[in-house]
Amino acid sequence: MTIIDKTADVPAPRGSNDESGPLLEVRDLHVEFHTRDGVAKAVNGVNYSVSAGETLAVLGESGSGKSVTAQAIMGILDMPPGHIPKGEILFRGQDMLKMSNEERRQIRGQKIAMIFQDALSSLNPVLSVGYQLGEMFRVHQGLSKKEAKAKSIALMDRVRIPAAKERVNDYPHQFSGGMRQRIMIAMALALEPDLIIADEPTTALDVTVQAQVMDLLAELQRDFNMGLILITHDLGVVADVADKIAVMYAGRIVETAPVHEIYKRPAHPYTKGLLESIPRLDQKGQELYAIKGLPPNLLHVPSGCAFNPRCTMAQDICRTEIPALRPVTEQDGTELVGRGSACHFWKETIHG
Amino acid sequence: MGRYVIRRLLQMIPVFFGTTLLIFLMVNVMGDPIAGLCGDRQCDPATAAQLRTEFGLDKPVWQQYLTYMGNIFTGDFGTAFNGQKVTELMATAFPITIRLTIVAIVFEIVIGISLGVVTGLRRGRPVDTVVLILTLVVIAVPTFVTGLLLQLLLGVEWGIIKPSVSSEAPVDELIVPGLVLASVSLAYVTRLTRTSIAENARADYVRTAVAKGLPRRRVVVRHLLRNSLIPVVTFIGTDVGALMGGAIVTERIFNIHGVGYQLYQGILRQNSQTVVGFVTVLVLVFLAANLIVDLLYAVLDPRIRYA
Repeated sequence: MTIIDKTADVPAPRGSNDESGPLLEVRDLHVEFHTRDGVAKAVNGVNYSVSAGETLAVLGESGSGKSVTAQAIMGILDMPPGHIPKGEILFRGQDMLKMSNEERRQIRGQKIAMIFQDALSSLNPVLSVGYQLGEMFRVHQGLSKKEAKAKSIALMDRVRIPAAKERVNDYPHQFSGGMRQRIMIAMALALEPDLIIADEPTTALDVTVQAQVMDLLAELQRDFNMGLILITHDLGVVADVADKIAVMYAGRIVETAPVHEIYKRPAHPYTKGLLESIPRLDQKGQELYAIKGLPPNLLHVPSGCAFNPRCTMAQDICRTEIPALRPVTEQDGTELVGRGSACHFWKETIHG
Repeated sequence: MGRYVIRRLLQMIPVFFGTTLLIFLMVNVMGDPIAGLCGDRQCDPATAAQLRTEFGLDKPVWQQYLTYMGNIFTGDFGTAFNGQKVTELMATAFPITIRLTIVAIVFEIVIGISLGVVTGLRRGRPVDTVVLILTLVVIAVPTFVTGLLLQLLLGVEWGIIKPSVSSEAPVDELIVPGLVLASVSLAYVTRLTRTSIAENARADYVRTAVAKGLPRRRVVVRHLLRNSLIPVVTFIGTDVGALMGGAIVTERIFNIHGVGYQLYQGILRQNSQTVVGFVTVLVLVFLAANLIVDLLYAVLDPRIRYA
């Protein structure tokens, strides 16, 4: 029984993949938060990887550890209370967890950039957007104020903000929600990083703007051949832009797959439940399916498979033994490339 | 912005007249100023009556107030009973108190904000606890105790400073009195900055600034501090007025002949012209400081726009 420790085996999807090996590789990452009530195990052994030009969607409920993993990659976890007891985060083969603070700072913004969920609170309210964009060039490239401003205007044009030249000195609160998110994207793109982590970039936006922002993000990713980690709980968003998916539950990856296969044949009961809870037009009038129960308390994760209290297929083994992420195969044993499931009964789930 | 300033200036007019009227009435209630002038001895009735007519004290209070206000607008603040013009007293007293206030404010800004930033970023650590306890002590102990103690230790026992400030009151002699005057406000500024910094340190935009790869110093100074200073600026602004009028204790201890000293003498001698004159100017200082604080708001926080 082999345990999959990476999911980069999907044939090069978008853009050329001339770098050898993945851009970013997370290996057996654990993150804990030491709180007054005990140790909350937010991430319990996550493995994933992203190559240049590739989009990995990390899917999961609130509290599943998807954002915490991203923050650990960026190095912006609050430590303490956060703590990384185990694991490696390899960027171009180098473990970032072993780097000095200064080395990590050099990577942040220049090599790996992050787009946050709520652009209004994530942008500084008392500084103009031009200043906040220009800061990237001034700090990392040592440009003058004037050069930085010109670059900021070009960036705002690039993310299609109308009248960029007139609006460069405006403040975040003077922009609409969609425009603010574009500014966040522009800020992440400023130094043409190798990897962008987008933490629920469209959650705070209305549906029409969501599509525009996602299209823009996908387009820019193609143009710059960047790796993209897209953190979301929106299955609709994922289908359009992602190459591969990692589903997280209680700090673990429970299923990995190339994007379209997961919709056709989920190999984990949790993924199956998620897909069934999407409203569908052909099931109009019927009651919408919902996964029973609540996400687990991270202070007391259930023994065995963390999903067992909510799972319709749970057996005794699920309560005692933690299922490892194993490769998923066809019924005849041929390997399904890039697929993995952390369920004792993946065969029954996918083929049954 | 311009319209806002004009509106605020117009609002000051009723406040100005209201406060001066109140002070004028209060000073009149204090007792007979002529009796105060004679000191402990009984006044000669003829002289007293003559003085009353001379100072216009035989007229009704409202008439006195109107005459007084009329005089103020021509720049005449009246004469103190010792014959010196009140404006002359002001000309010597205010520069001294302004110097003292500036020293105190500089202490508040430099020490208070620095301590606030340090403790706010290291909440719960030993530095934080020590500073918190120190500020609590400073707030709890009355100014005259810290003042007299410092004067005794630094001035008399160790001889580091002169225990009493000379009449010119140069800045170097005002450093210790300024620190005493600032002490309580300094403690408040420290605590206010600490809370504000600690609260904003968790803000999303600070996380963004870190994620942008900015050096920590830049994150703290440009992103965190700028947002955290808004409540602190309000406090320091209103404190300017309070320090100028409230220096009575400190000025008495260190024998500084500033506004506080003159006010004290004025009250002691029941000299209404001096008291009302000085307080009137202090009211103006308060009003101006408040307006400047409100305008500074808009500079610090672009979300506030005055129309």
